[in-house]
Amino acid sequence: MFVPSGDSVPDLAGCTLLMPAVSVGNVGQLAIDLIISTLNMHKIGYFYIDCLVPMVGNNPYATAEENSAELSINAEVYALPSKKLVALQLRSIFIKYKSKSFCEKLLSWVKSSGCAKVVVLSSSHSYHRNDLQLRSTPFRYILTPSMQKSVQKKIQSLNWEEMEKTPCIPEIDDSEFCVRVPGGGITKLLYDEGCSKEIPIAILLKFVSEGDKIPDALGLVEYLNEWLQIIKPHCVDPTASSLPWKMPSSWRLLFGSGLPPALF
Amino acid sequence: MAATFFGEVVRTPCRAGTEDEEEEEEGRRETPEDREVRRQLARKREVRLFRRQTKTMLEVSLLEKHPCSKFIIAIGNNAVAFLSSFVMNSGTWEEVGCAKLWNEWCRTTDTAHLSPTEAFCVFYHLKSNPSVFGSCPRRNMQVTILTCRHVTDYKTSESTSSLHTPFLKALKTQNFKEPPFCSLLEQPNIVHDLPAAVLSYCQVWRIPAILYLCYTDVMKLDLITVEAFKPVLSSRSLKCLVKNIPQSTEILKKLMTTNEIQSNIYT
Repeated sequence: MFVPSGDSVPDLAGCTLLMPAVSVGNVGQLAIDLIISTLNMHKIGYFYIDCLVPMVGNNPYATAEENSAELSINAEVYALPSKKLVALQLRSIFIKYKSKSFCEKLLSWVKSSGCAKVVVLSSSHSYHRNDLQLRSTPFRYILTPSMQKSVQKKIQSLNWEEMEKTPCIPEIDDSEFCVRVPGGGITKLLYDEGCSKEIPIAILLKFVSEGDKIPDALGLVEYLNEWLQIIKPHCVDPTASSLPWKMPSSWRLLFGSGLPPALF
Repeated sequence: MAATFFGEVVRTPCRAGTEDEEEEEEGRRETPEDREVRRQLARKREVRLFRRQTKTMLEVSLLEKHPCSKFIIAIGNNAVAFLSSFVMNSGTWEEVGCAKLWNEWCRTTDTAHLSPTEAFCVFYHLKSNPSVFGSCPRRNMQVTILTCRHVTDYKTSESTSSLHTPFLKALKTQNFKEPPFCSLLEQPNIVHDLPAAVLSYCQVWRIPAILYLCYTDVMKLDLITVEAFKPVLSSRSLKCLVKNIPQSTEILKKLMTTNEIQSNIYT
């Protein structure tokens, strides 16, 4: 359930909810971190639930000593009212068999809070690509029917590729086609729930393999930015020295502590 | 999927956690019998609170029956040894309940009749000062959590082998106003499991709480690790409960010796 961190319940009517799917390479979560950090979104509450492994730590977006001591938990909600943006960040994995329950509770909150649409940032195993996908852009989008009505034209003008449907039962020739996102975590579940509950959901994903996913996360936020224009478009200037996206201070030591000098 | 050095293709674990497709298919294939088995397993795994003296289940939650102003939780053998030797050696502590639980990792197979020695968590309250507070005990409650982690879990830009262990780090909720007795745990370090679950609850429901985490390179019961928690004895929660430190040190040494004798097969 959503628990506000302040004294009043924030008004989310008409906002766009950005959220990650805990998926291969954690690309969606890294992308949401970039968005929260760059836009300096402030925390408005917690999504307190028993479906995720518990985890706590100090403020991952700390910019100074003063704001480094705020405790963060595994599922928190941030907002930027000026752009009617709300971001939900998930920081741990789902407990087995609890994914469906999470999706149901989340979408029920989305409906009751009046969010206009949900954008899910996700990823899929790159080794599952077919020949056509190998030769094209690694980015894909999926829209629920209620989202298609409102954004189809805009998406088409961006020349984006829709996620290809695959046969539900590969062994049978005339099997029906359905949406599959291998390695996408709860992406498919959210899509199915969104379809049945008529919630406008757009899923933006990238085909990735495991490894250092920072470049992929940057790619995914740029892809999102083409549509939502969260920040001013990055000018294609090779002399521009700084990235428009700000990496959070918690992105240190992603691959462990320093090495013992005696090793060498 | 990944190719190994020898050219074989193996399935690599995914950081996303469970293989989502497996779970989906399991859900589709589930029969009513499967659902019943899963429901019974979930019931078996429920945490139950009961009184060891009477062997009866507690009908109301522990905090409802014994509201308190200070709730101290020790997780792990070193933290428990510290609490037993330095805090619970003074005054009379009465056992008010214990929690027993079972999951597939437990070695015992009989879940209906777990013996008292198999209780995993015991709750005590100080007889002389039960600290009952009016109608909203939770609002006035302060929680202290003590636990240990191996130093290799600690992320730092220098090598962990150069750190002087054991050392204490703290994490506190927004409503905890007292200054901690050690430095705060810096990002990108995080805490999982039970200490994280308790701290998350306290943060969300605005209960002042602090976690003292001891990073050590000895995970079994160890005198130096236990003594690393000593700064915490000056905290508001524990100060009034600590009476006799030399006596506590003696109790601690006895605990260590008992443990050593049991674990040494050569004497």
